[in-house]
Amino acid sequence: MHELGVVFHTLDTVKRIAEENNVKRVASITVEIGEVSTVIPDLFEDCWNWAVKKETVLKDAGVKIERIPALTYCEDCKKEYGTLEYGKVCPYCGSGRTYLLQGNEIIIKEIEAIE
Amino acid sequence: MDKIRIIEVKESVFSDNNKDADKLRNELKREKTFLLNLMSSPGSGKTTFLKGIASRLKDKINMGVMEADIDSDVDAMAMASCGVRSIQLHTGGMCHLDASMTRQGLEEFGTKDLDLVVLENVGNLVCPAEFDTGSVKNAVILSIPEGHDKPLKYPLMFQVAHALIINKIDVLQYFDFDIEKVKEYALMRNPNLKIFLVSAKTGEGMDEVSSWFEEEVKEWCK
Repeated sequence: MHELGVVFHTLDTVKRIAEENNVKRVASITVEIGEVSTVIPDLFEDCWNWAVKKETVLKDAGVKIERIPALTYCEDCKKEYGTLEYGKVCPYCGSGRTYLLQGNEIIIKEIEAIE
Repeated sequence: MDKIRIIEVKESVFSDNNKDADKLRNELKREKTFLLNLMSSPGSGKTTFLKGIASRLKDKINMGVMEADIDSDVDAMAMASCGVRSIQLHTGGMCHLDASMTRQGLEEFGTKDLDLVVLENVGNLVCPAEFDTGSVKNAVILSIPEGHDKPLKYPLMFQVAHALIINKIDVLQYFDFDIEKVKEYALMRNPNLKIFLVSAKTGEGMDEVSSWFEEEVKEWCK
């Protein structure tokens, strides 16, 4: 399961940041997941809730998930459009010379630490 | 009630792994070892392909293979049986290898005397594409029975690959696989992709790929 691997990487990063900031206990984290990233939010949450049971600083920490909409840019007509709806081909001019502007990210946005 | 402090992070989940992967690449450069990350679906013929490459390169390049699987050591045994130094890595249920797992594998394997190490990643077109292993180059094998639409369905895999090896072309006539379409779809994702048509079984096209391996290793190790 892919989400579990991503959760383990998230845990490692959050633990490092918690240590750098002298955090003894984390209440929750906020993660931004792009619409066309390979991670499914529900599965990420399930894996997270399972994984944090075994942690100390992160024990039972919650996770809040925010979505980043997927946007594609057309190099020919210079317009932006929704990737989920139209994919690789520009709906305005039919060009295939397009690239993803945003939407494949998995970003740790912030950590809520208990003082 | 506890006071809550918000720490703003704004960091990609993959950033630590990416840094680790860059570090590993620098180490490999110093050691003059070329690491190729070979990815594909299960059953695309990775192991047979590698046996073919090994037999073509054995007098020219010191090659080793790291087999990554969730379980068993059948692949490492298969490589060892044809005289290739190999090691089996178990991912403990994980669907991919990351840079730190790759480093552990390389340390255990001992790569001092090797010019080329091929990492046979877990059979999967999704997860391995997401994690940089620290490899110098990535190659993906797509076999004819899988269909020509795979670059559309798994775009990231074809974006991160440097070479696409289309395997099992000896059975092309039995499948509705369109070679021109697969090339078009793959190049749409990645215009710099090198594409090879091979049959690891009959040997067709294998000399071309093994020359590519040789050139890449030479370039990296010079």
